[in-house]
Amino acid sequence: MAKYLLKLYVTGHTPRAAVAIDNLRRICEDDLGGRYDLEIIDVLKHPQLAEDEKVLATPTLIKSLPPPLRRVIGDLSDKEKVLLGLDVRAGLNVEGDEE
Amino acid sequence: MNEKRRSSAVEKLPTGISSFDLIAEGGLPKNRTTLVSGTAGSGKTVFAVQFLAAGIRDTDESGVFVTFEESPDDIRKNVLGFGWDLAQMEADGKLAFVDASPTPDTPPTESGSYDLGGLLARVENAVRKVGAKRVSVDSLGAVFSQFSAQSVIRHELFRLASALKALGVTAILTAERTEDYGAIARFGIEEFIADNVMVLRNVLEAEKRRRTIEILKFRGTDHQKGEFPFTIHGEGGMIVIPLSAMQLRQKSSNVRISSGNDDLDGMCDGGFFRDSVILLSGATGTGKTLTVTQFLQGGAERGERGLLLAFEESRDQLFRNASGWGFDFEKMEEDGMLRVVCEYPEVAGLEDWLIEIKRVIEEFKPHRVALDSLSALERMGTIKAYREFVIGLTSFLKHQEVTGLLTSTTSALMGGTSVTEGHISTLTDSIILLRYVEMYGEMKRGITVLKMRGSTHDKDIREFTIDGSGMHIGRPFRHVTGILAGAPVHLSPADVERVWTNVDRDMERRAGQI
Repeated sequence: MAKYLLKLYVTGHTPRAAVAIDNLRRICEDDLGGRYDLEIIDVLKHPQLAEDEKVLATPTLIKSLPPPLRRVIGDLSDKEKVLLGLDVRAGLNVEGDEE
Repeated sequence: MNEKRRSSAVEKLPTGISSFDLIAEGGLPKNRTTLVSGTAGSGKTVFAVQFLAAGIRDTDESGVFVTFEESPDDIRKNVLGFGWDLAQMEADGKLAFVDASPTPDTPPTESGSYDLGGLLARVENAVRKVGAKRVSVDSLGAVFSQFSAQSVIRHELFRLASALKALGVTAILTAERTEDYGAIARFGIEEFIADNVMVLRNVLEAEKRRRTIEILKFRGTDHQKGEFPFTIHGEGGMIVIPLSAMQLRQKSSNVRISSGNDDLDGMCDGGFFRDSVILLSGATGTGKTLTVTQFLQGGAERGERGLLLAFEESRDQLFRNASGWGFDFEKMEEDGMLRVVCEYPEVAGLEDWLIEIKRVIEEFKPHRVALDSLSALERMGTIKAYREFVIGLTSFLKHQEVTGLLTSTTSALMGGTSVTEGHISTLTDSIILLRYVEMYGEMKRGITVLKMRGSTHDKDIREFTIDGSGMHIGRPFRHVTGILAGAPVHLSPADVERVWTNVDRDMERRAGQI
């Protein structure tokens, strides 16, 4: 299966950004089986990238591959919602307790 | 509000929307945020774009447009008709969009807490990139619909407003409201985000849409109060009609001009004052259009250009009537002495008419303007809108030092007044009445000068006739009374004698007391 291409947009080094990064790494290792590329983008340093992707809220997680493109906003503390939002739950986890 | 600041403490930024700057007494408070609230279709987005376009065009101040609603592409297309080429301004590095409009993709899933840090970073980035002095945010309400955590959004909008202030820009934030007269904005907090509040309205009155703008508050500085009508013009966008902002500072002239009729000049002690507005009232067929025609012809003979605004008769009818009285309108037009604007009043709203009339006057620069008739415009809207139109027109004419002759049709054949007179008689300098007088089974016409500010005038009601060479004013009706009341009563010469003798005695007695 193809790798997940993920981008996480955060605002500087805030506690919320740190929490989001921790949460995302854990989900990637536990639920995506490590098959992912993750880029973390600080919108304060790279506002134009935020402009290009039309990022409003931070943190914003964007999954560009595999399609479809999906967005999850927030500190990613609710794992179920993250997986649902990324549209990855069904394909990877055989236990598959949907919603 | 508790601080006793003088108006000079808050600097104003002229927006470049000249009519708006007039009611805002100089412009928007500089480096502050102003909320522009209005119902759907009230012109918020137009105002928000115009604010930026005027800055770029007039004062070379760059702008940033933050859109939460329409896509930048839609906005670029929609305002092109106003003559604002946003794409060009962007290419010149004068304008930047921050596109926060909803995307057609699946809406984002929310997991845990977030803020609008991305938006703030983008706005700051855009402001720095083009060196913006002006920012428009359209519209706040649309932000709420994109996210579920309403309290977070509220807080973030406060942050946005303070970030804008910190950037030293003057900003407009638009917000929707559900009713034209009700809560200022839908979410109930928008007005607390901004320093200043303005309301745009688009009210249905007597089956006509009427747009108004009201400045509700400017913190720490002055502005005109109340609602001002405005229109959104095909070229140039919003134009406010600043009624109460007009000042009675017109110069008064003692120069007399001819009415085009020697007899009438005689009744007016030598003619109309050059910068006066004259109301001519009469029933249908009493000779109003003739008086107007003479007025324009008299001007042309003396080298004064005339503008005729005709709302009742077609161009052909007017020209035929004029030639019937021996006046050649076509030649006058060819010579550049006359311009005729001939339209059904219904083709535009009263506000639009006022703007169109001003435009023609500024372009043609006439010495004389005749409007035939005001009554045709009466039916165009509410009494209030109509009165505002007349105030706007008369004060503009005086500012331009143009003589204005406005006609009004009375509804009753005999005597009578019209709505027009009741509402505008105080706005005009002179009033001339044309009336039918029934005498021994014959309709005769009477003319009288009812008032003439700053001048003596003939107080008689005189008989006049109309023939192939125009109007001829004759002797006073000495044996009739009650003409103006519409119920002429004929008196015998003996009665008249007695009345006048009494008057003479009375005057002698008074003179004796002094």
